[in-house]
Amino acid sequence: MSRLPLAAQLQAGLTAHSFRRAVGDIWHGCQRYTLWGTMGLQDIRQRYRRSVIGPFWLTISMGIMVAALGLLYGSILKQKMDDYLPYLCAGFVIWGLISSLVLEGARAFIVGEGLIKQLAAPLSIHVYRVAWSNLIIFFHNIWILFLVALWYGKNAGWILLLSIPALALVVVNGVWMGLLFGLLSARFRDIPQIVASVVQVMFFMTPIIWKPDMLPGRALILHLNPFYYLVEVIRAPLLGHVPDARVWIGVLLITVAGWGVALLFYTVYRWRLAYWV
Amino acid sequence: MRAVASIALRKVSVAFPIYDASSRSLKKSLLPGTTGGRIGIGADHVPIVKALDDVTLSLQHGDRVGLVGHNGAGKTTLLRVLAGIYEPGAGTVEVQGQVAPLFDIALGMDPEATGYDNIFLRGLFLGLTRKQVRARVDEISEFTELGDFLNLPIRTYSTGMRMRLAFAVSTSIEPDILLLDEGIGTGDAAFLEKANRRLAKFTDKAGIIVLASHSDALIKTMCKSTVLFERGQVIAVGETSHILEVYRDRSHK
Repeated sequence: MSRLPLAAQLQAGLTAHSFRRAVGDIWHGCQRYTLWGTMGLQDIRQRYRRSVIGPFWLTISMGIMVAALGLLYGSILKQKMDDYLPYLCAGFVIWGLISSLVLEGARAFIVGEGLIKQLAAPLSIHVYRVAWSNLIIFFHNIWILFLVALWYGKNAGWILLLSIPALALVVVNGVWMGLLFGLLSARFRDIPQIVASVVQVMFFMTPIIWKPDMLPGRALILHLNPFYYLVEVIRAPLLGHVPDARVWIGVLLITVAGWGVALLFYTVYRWRLAYWV
Repeated sequence: MRAVASIALRKVSVAFPIYDASSRSLKKSLLPGTTGGRIGIGADHVPIVKALDDVTLSLQHGDRVGLVGHNGAGKTTLLRVLAGIYEPGAGTVEVQGQVAPLFDIALGMDPEATGYDNIFLRGLFLGLTRKQVRARVDEISEFTELGDFLNLPIRTYSTGMRMRLAFAVSTSIEPDILLLDEGIGTGDAAFLEKANRRLAKFTDKAGIIVLASHSDALIKTMCKSTVLFERGQVIAVGETSHILEVYRDRSHK
């Protein structure tokens, strides 16, 4: 009986030696933080070269977006603005982070082709670079939320600090997504397109412009949606609530499972990346 | 302590699967063909180009080796294997010492960033810390003779100017092994002379230089011994002028 080629490849490629090399790549890549830090910063600088206010365009466009969507959906959904706008704003900013981690992560190795073929370095730096530049963008955008919260006199208090480990956790998830989707995308050039359309759909399926309690019957749509957990774990503390234990557990499960799968594929296929890009 | 540089390749083979536009789409891997063959990632149905075929080669410290051969003979692939960019599908590669690759200089530089920014980026890529790069910036900019151009974006540079920059950074880290591809020929005569002096100093310190080039003159001035490649295989190894003769004879046949 012939087995699936994928299963055969995974079995053949999964050796202790290549596992050590894959983990080594991820670990040594992480240690080269000056390198990917500089690259990530240059990505942003490059985008706003010769622009007067530079990356603050991010903040401004996010602000306009939130204000427009907030007024529109706030009245469609008949929400109280002082409650709805901070909710929408937080969700939007977090979604911006998560979606670009996924989208740019999927293209990380493709974009890095020139460097990958020129200079030997841990391949994971290309993923860290994406994570870092998006974290910087997130810190530009988050000011909108603080402005909105200030406007409506909301104060999250000490609970706000909980959003820091939550944010770290989400970025850790962004790294496995970049490793996994980036690897698959380098081989199958359709994957970035698939990822892009899935992410677009998930924006509407995830409670960002709507709230979970608007969903009748607490449907599976919510509980089987990994993005819900990733968004909620940061959003809740930003709005002054402690996230449910269910949310934390969900995020931890996603982290463990995601890293497991990513490590599996990275172990087997990492060495082929230079041939694929 | 400085490690003694050495390179040992044993029966190294590198094969590129060639995915054309249609086989790069997922469909074929997910849906096996009706003939019952296994169509999948790297399955036999994917055409394969053997870029290196059973290459065994050993280089010692102090060697200045030229690589010659037709386009596509495997020179660049070999350099990338030595740099650790391609991990070969078969065979073993043992490289002792720090490697600085200097390949196609158009890639691996950010055209929008300034010369100084690119010095930093390249230095960091070669494994230096920010501080170490800063300590070398003066020396690097002096060697490039680019002066105020270093404050301008790289896209304003000519090919030769980029080469100067890349060369200056890559050699400033004092690597044990320097891998050069074609591009160095784009420098002008004055620069080539300067580069050659630096390379001579470099091999005196027991480094290894591997240079792939189509320029007989360049190979002759820089390399003591030369390896002739043909279709991914080593055809001959030996003293440079002799190998160049062999190469000429074979190409005129």
